[in-house]
Amino acid sequence: MLKDYKGISNISGPLMLVKGVEGVKYGELVEIKLGDGSMRNGEVLEVEEDKALVQVFEGTTGIDAKETKTRFLGRGIQMYLSPDILGKIFTGLGKPKTENDRIIPEKKLDISGNPINPYARDYPNEFIQTGISAIDGLNTLVRGQKLPIFSGSGLPHNKMAAQIARQSKVLGTEESFAVVFIAMGITFEESEFFIQDLKKTGALSRSVLILNLADDPAIERIATPRVGLTCAEYLAFEKDMHVLVILTDMTNYCEALREVSASRKEIPGRRGYPGYLYTDLASIYERAGKIKGRDGSITLIPILTMPEDDKTHPIPDLTGYITEGQIILSRPLNKKKVSPPIDALPSLSRLKDKGIGEGKTRKDHSDIFNQLYAAYARGKEVQELAVILGEAALTDMDKIYYKFADEFEAKYISQGEYENRSIEETLDLGWKLLSMFPRERLKRISDEYLDEYLPRFKKEEKEVAK
Amino acid sequence: MNNNIGKIIKVAGPLVVAENMMGGKMYDVVFVSEQRLMGEIIELHGDKASIQVYEETGGIGVGEPVYNSGQPLIVELGPGMMEAIYDGIQRPLDMIYDEAGDYIPRGIQIPALDREKKWKFEPMAKKGDEVKRGEFLGFVQETSLIKHYIMVPDGIKGKLKEIKEGKYNIEETIAVIETEKGGVEINMLQKWPVRKPRPFCRKLAPEEPLYTGQRIIDTFFPIAKGGTACVPGPFGSGKTVIQHQLAKWATAEIIVYIGCGERGNEMTDVLLEFPELKDPKSGDPLMRRTILIANTSNMPVAAREASVYTGVTMAEYFRDMGYSVALMADSTSRWAEAMREISGRLEEMPGEEGYPAYLSSKIASFYERAGRVRCLENDKHRIGALSVIGAVSPPGGDLSDPVVQATLRVVKVFWSLEAELAYSRHFPAISWLNSYSLYTDNLKSHIQEEIGEDFYEFQTEAMKILEEESELEEVVRLVGLDALSSTDRLTMLIARILREDYLHQNAFHDIDTSASIEKQHKMLKIILYFNQKAGDYISRGADIEEIENMDVLDRIARMRYIDEKDINKIDDIENAIDNEISSLLEE
Repeated sequence: MLKDYKGISNISGPLMLVKGVEGVKYGELVEIKLGDGSMRNGEVLEVEEDKALVQVFEGTTGIDAKETKTRFLGRGIQMYLSPDILGKIFTGLGKPKTENDRIIPEKKLDISGNPINPYARDYPNEFIQTGISAIDGLNTLVRGQKLPIFSGSGLPHNKMAAQIARQSKVLGTEESFAVVFIAMGITFEESEFFIQDLKKTGALSRSVLILNLADDPAIERIATPRVGLTCAEYLAFEKDMHVLVILTDMTNYCEALREVSASRKEIPGRRGYPGYLYTDLASIYERAGKIKGRDGSITLIPILTMPEDDKTHPIPDLTGYITEGQIILSRPLNKKKVSPPIDALPSLSRLKDKGIGEGKTRKDHSDIFNQLYAAYARGKEVQELAVILGEAALTDMDKIYYKFADEFEAKYISQGEYENRSIEETLDLGWKLLSMFPRERLKRISDEYLDEYLPRFKKEEKEVAK
Repeated sequence: MNNNIGKIIKVAGPLVVAENMMGGKMYDVVFVSEQRLMGEIIELHGDKASIQVYEETGGIGVGEPVYNSGQPLIVELGPGMMEAIYDGIQRPLDMIYDEAGDYIPRGIQIPALDREKKWKFEPMAKKGDEVKRGEFLGFVQETSLIKHYIMVPDGIKGKLKEIKEGKYNIEETIAVIETEKGGVEINMLQKWPVRKPRPFCRKLAPEEPLYTGQRIIDTFFPIAKGGTACVPGPFGSGKTVIQHQLAKWATAEIIVYIGCGERGNEMTDVLLEFPELKDPKSGDPLMRRTILIANTSNMPVAAREASVYTGVTMAEYFRDMGYSVALMADSTSRWAEAMREISGRLEEMPGEEGYPAYLSSKIASFYERAGRVRCLENDKHRIGALSVIGAVSPPGGDLSDPVVQATLRVVKVFWSLEAELAYSRHFPAISWLNSYSLYTDNLKSHIQEEIGEDFYEFQTEAMKILEEESELEEVVRLVGLDALSSTDRLTMLIARILREDYLHQNAFHDIDTSASIEKQHKMLKIILYFNQKAGDYISRGADIEEIENMDVLDRIARMRYIDEKDINKIDDIENAIDNEISSLLEE
């Protein structure tokens, strides 16, 4: 039934043009059989009259124009699914990595998925405790959120992502997360770090790994996140699981997209990335979320390394416009041995307001968060000022701010890779640090909470002083 | 209509080219393949048509049919629009959910307005009246907040032969008008092409303020009913929160909110929150005056391009009834990017940053659909207003972005969001130094009449203090705070109060989220009164630190949390200032 076409008229970069085809559909999966009998996969990017433009996932190296046969399969890329995918490893195209990773499928799903109806979405508002103060206290993560980590090369983003995967839980429940780990173009070492970490904590048996490593075909990366998210959707919305998806590294994904776009001679947008980069990224990120009437959820943590730590580079920039906040890692903090080196000021979680407060974390959370932020921002300003004027020129109040900023970085943000702080601990730590200010300076905290909490911490301080 | 069936010859993403499309007109709606995916003709070459398809085109191939509807993209206008949530081409998302579940399948067609529901129609015109387009025939109480007037459709003029009171669905005849060409049956459903502005009698200069409850906006950078504003800012600077705040608290009668290429969860937020929020005047849920259009970033890009037109046409329809309508578009950058994507697929010669050369004219003509107008009508003075507030998301927050620049050339109000302010959690992160409003003079007489002659003096004085602060900050950076004179330090203190206790506003606090203009007036008065008294005290040789430690500062900081019912309590702070200063003088 399916026809084989022999011969290819043009090959350029990762693309090839097949002529004389009939009934080919846009987006169709293509099987390519090389002269030597080896097989490759491709996807139709454009059809025009009897010509089909095919993007070859494994690259076009070794494809010859005469002998190669192509077969159009009449469907998109599909992922075979069953609950057994947990604990298995798949390639970037969703094929089992080894014989042991084979499953008996219960279902086949097209990896491109359909957009979730905004009306069907449920607003994410369940607090996830990651055990990291800078996230729980200041940039609270909630179930169904997409919160990227903006990092740079050489920063410990992998350690932090692993820590989140290891420690995350929802208060008051014993349910843990299933983890879908999607690697795009990262090195063997990096992926091995994650696998070992998941193994150590026993989380591997509830994880799905989709691996496209640095030496795997680059174009395959375009399919990789979609394969992983299809697994996540299956687990979340059909098997009622809470899924944490880690995507690393989005920068490699975008570069693969740019490569295809350049080969197609498309008009480039900023820095050579295609004009549709925003739409394309959205089609990945927006698959996170919660759906009304379903128990599961998809929480997405994409990691991206910002070229030259530049936040205005198109990849972090467009990502930031789609995701619900961002956690930014800072090189100066990393140098100061603050671990994790989260830059609290530009980091943000947009969904935190619905995920914190009474019944979720604690009633004083929102106020204390606002106060910590304001005080830290002021403290950083004062520190800059002190560089110019010298510490002696600061007013007494400014000296407190100066000290506060230092302590905040050393005690609150910094906690080390294996410390798992409860939200109570995080909030109390905030009070403790703030107690160095006179009460009237704590304007962002309501009187009620000041009355309730502050004396406790003030007293402790006095006792210590004695 | 079906005798001319086109044939697809090319598919490239959302762009499809078909031949044998003779008779097709630009911007005609077509249906692609047997799945009937909706699209629009955007280019014609001989008998070949380029079509932008509003849905995902995976699985579409060469040789499949294209059916031309012979009509441009239209919206349905009539009772049932309020409280609805539509996608970019006015398909009701709630009904799609009921029919198709969690995901939006391709090719689904559901009419925008419920055909079955019966509405109680109450006539306003009488049999025998001479009527023409735009005049009211009657109304339907659509929600407790909105009377939906039924107007005579465009192009119809004549004598009212028959008009019926009672319960009808939107397709049943409610009136018959005897025109020159014979009797025309009128029902409550009207259709209008989205890309064509609806007619009005004439445009008027905006002179009434659109209060938003946001202190920095109403006091310093006000927008007029019928005005245009833009909010550009980098991500995380709070564009969407500002848009939501305006949708909640703006004194418009109807809100059209377009989520154009933005996050799905944000629309969910609106959907869950608006039914809970109460209209301050009537106490009814705010949702009853709101129409939502949600074309989130993962929904098809071509429908995103159409969504702003769909929204503005619905808004114009209510403007024509004499309402004050406010339209929020979040974000127009995504709309511009959708244009860029389609333009790229058409292989058009790009302008700046790859955007099409017609970008600025499209943006200008979109904002020009705003305005305060005399509606079509002869006897009474029916005035409607459509205010448009567009968010812009420039890459990296860079204001030299072509979309920002093209927008700034047409809008009259510019609320500049700054990342620095957002980092220090100063929200709304609108810069008081860079923003502007060109309506201040138009609105002056109205506000003075309503609030008091002194409002503008206060406003000018407060702005002066803030500007002085930014100059003083430069000095402080060089020589330190101690080197300033007491008067300058007082200016710094007052500026800080203005920033932290007045301009800063917590959108998530029950009371602080919105402040009436009366409250703003009172608050500003107190702060400046304090400035004056403290200035006097300093001139008598007082030390600045005494002033910085005054107890009354705490009361000033907390006046924003005083309930609207008790705003007269703010006046008491004046006495408290007097008392504290006189007791300090005694010491």
